[in-house]
Amino acid sequence: MNKSSPDTSTSNGLSHSDLAAAMERNLKRRYRSERRFKAFGIASIGVGLLALLVLFTEIIGTGMGAFRQTYVTLEVTYDTEVLGIEAVTPESLALANFDGIVRRALLNQLPEVTGRTAKRQLYALISYAAGYQLRAMLEQDPSLLGETRKVTMLADDDLDTYVKSVRADDPFIGRLSEPQVEWINQLEAQGLVELKFNTNFFTSGDSSEPEQAGILGAVMGSLFTLIVTLALSFPIGVAAAIYLEEYASRNRFTDFIEVNINNLAAVPSVIFGLLGLAIFLNFFHFPRSVPLVGGLVLTLMTLPTIIISSRAAIKSVPPSIREAALGMGASKMQMILQHVLPLAMPGMLTGAIIGMAQALGETAPLLMIGMVAFIADVPGGITDPATVLPVQIFLWADSPERAFVERTSAAIMVLLAFLITMNTMAIWLRKRLERRW
Amino acid sequence: MDMTEQLEPISALRATNEQPQEQSMNDALNSEQSTSQEKFNTVGKPLLNGAKAKFKMRDVDVFYGEKQAVFGVDLDIGKNEVIAMIGPSGCGKSTFLRCLNRMNDTIEICKVKGSIELDGMDIYNSKLDVVPLRARVGMVFQKPNPFPKTIYENVAYGPKIHGLVRRRSEMDEIVETSLRRAGLWNEVKDRLHQPGTGLSGGQQQRLCIARTIAVSPEVILMDEPCSALDPIATAKIEELIAELSQNFTIAIVTHSMQQAARVSSRTAYFHMGKLIEVNPTKKVFTNPEHSLTEAYITGRFG
Repeated sequence: MNKSSPDTSTSNGLSHSDLAAAMERNLKRRYRSERRFKAFGIASIGVGLLALLVLFTEIIGTGMGAFRQTYVTLEVTYDTEVLGIEAVTPESLALANFDGIVRRALLNQLPEVTGRTAKRQLYALISYAAGYQLRAMLEQDPSLLGETRKVTMLADDDLDTYVKSVRADDPFIGRLSEPQVEWINQLEAQGLVELKFNTNFFTSGDSSEPEQAGILGAVMGSLFTLIVTLALSFPIGVAAAIYLEEYASRNRFTDFIEVNINNLAAVPSVIFGLLGLAIFLNFFHFPRSVPLVGGLVLTLMTLPTIIISSRAAIKSVPPSIREAALGMGASKMQMILQHVLPLAMPGMLTGAIIGMAQALGETAPLLMIGMVAFIADVPGGITDPATVLPVQIFLWADSPERAFVERTSAAIMVLLAFLITMNTMAIWLRKRLERRW
Repeated sequence: MDMTEQLEPISALRATNEQPQEQSMNDALNSEQSTSQEKFNTVGKPLLNGAKAKFKMRDVDVFYGEKQAVFGVDLDIGKNEVIAMIGPSGCGKSTFLRCLNRMNDTIEICKVKGSIELDGMDIYNSKLDVVPLRARVGMVFQKPNPFPKTIYENVAYGPKIHGLVRRRSEMDEIVETSLRRAGLWNEVKDRLHQPGTGLSGGQQQRLCIARTIAVSPEVILMDEPCSALDPIATAKIEELIAELSQNFTIAIVTHSMQQAARVSSRTAYFHMGKLIEVNPTKKVFTNPEHSLTEAYITGRFG
């Protein structure tokens, strides 16, 4: 420190060396608080990541099981006597007792089972779907009648849960009786039980039997609902944003509209469900439980999001570009269509995709318009009864069977995969379309 | 290094008070304004012999809401002349310039009174369409603002929206001549289809000029076209202005008095929304008539 001029007083009466010392102390404090500030930020991000990690491990840990399904291979004889038919005709196929040959096959494999109750317990180990599978096989190849074949059949969900917990060395919590467990162990010992990829989960609709339940119905329902939502909310939202940003004059009326759009964005989604129920179902008498109405309700819900983000995107287009276009003698519409919209498009699309992601995860308003119904058929259009992914998750989470627990988690994984894909697409689009000026 | 030495200038700043000087100057200007509250008389020769005038402005007032930005300006702009508008910041020269192709229409609260005639046609007539007006009166802005499109598309934009060409070959020709006249052709001829925003600042500004002249306007308005450019780019633009003045009427707003002196034949000096003096450039810079003009060009304020 400079000690040659300690008497030189500064404006506040301190010597320069005192000032310097004070400043140094202060500097240290400033750096300390800056480090603390940074540490807070890192800590918050850490907490967020940890929560995400816990969520993902939990869901993936529980849900992975649903992607594999237990099958049992048995020697099935298409016995005309048991089936009760002579030849393969459409009528006889409808009447034939396919469950009977499945049961016979089980008894052949485990001949020691006797007694009504014991037999019924044994039959319960194979899914109802086995009968339909055998029927389909016979329909395709009528020459099978009277023949014996090794057929791999879908196991019941209780067997499935047991096999999975045994293989994973987890304690079994289920509703199997002791003899049932014994029979399964025998089948397992004979190498007849195997775990395979669960294609069924991706190719079929909902079912009350967990082993037959799939996600496709809900995925298609969500898809149709989102198509309706996007087709309505994007054009309406963008048109509203353009009008409000480019044409509307600033007055009380536009202020009123602006306040209301912001308010709508904050309205709980269940209210939109009630609105949809009152307007679309009770007044317009649209059918219940259909993606069309779901899409309309979600349109109401996502419109504010799209309008707000589109307005922000339009606002961020530099005024110099507008001036350049107008100065060249472009009309207002040419300016908007040729210059403002292309530059605002990435922002608008991002907003739309975020709105869609919101709509994809929305449950409450759809409960109000009946999309919570149990629907086993995969919907084929926007007017077929359907359910959507989050509602399917809700339905499965509510079911008592053990096997639905892993299906719930698996459905969450599918939903998350869609959401992540959509958000990635939003980022990609923004990067792709963004132009520098 | 000791800190006391670094601290000294700060305390020195604290001690000195520069304000009184500035205050007195402002007082002088305010009194100037208050004495001329009624109709302000521009000194020099704001009006031209009727036949030579391209633009005729009479008693033009411009308001931003309640606030008046331009006060009763009378001015003629002659055919194929370069008129420079100078004055301190906020004196209304840019606002006035933007009246000439009705760019002020885009500002909702902006109101223009008085009459502005282009070749005898009132451009503020409510029936007048601004689209053809802006094709006749082009504009180059302060910051180079090429469209985020290719160089070719930038120049072709005007002819395209005004439907001036039918065939691709005609368009190619217009693009080439416009770029040549803007002195940019040799630099960009090999990359016409690359983005115009990738050019340097000076090149971008010349691209904007090429874009403006592609629709063959009669008048080009330039709002501080060189304020964002370096001296070399500025020199090129100034050369260009001199060349363009053979075919176009040019009104240029500038903060640089040297630039006004170099490029213009007439100079208009604005002060606090009023047109103080209009005279041949040489006269304004050597022998100004009004004391405010003199104060400005000698650097006493501004």
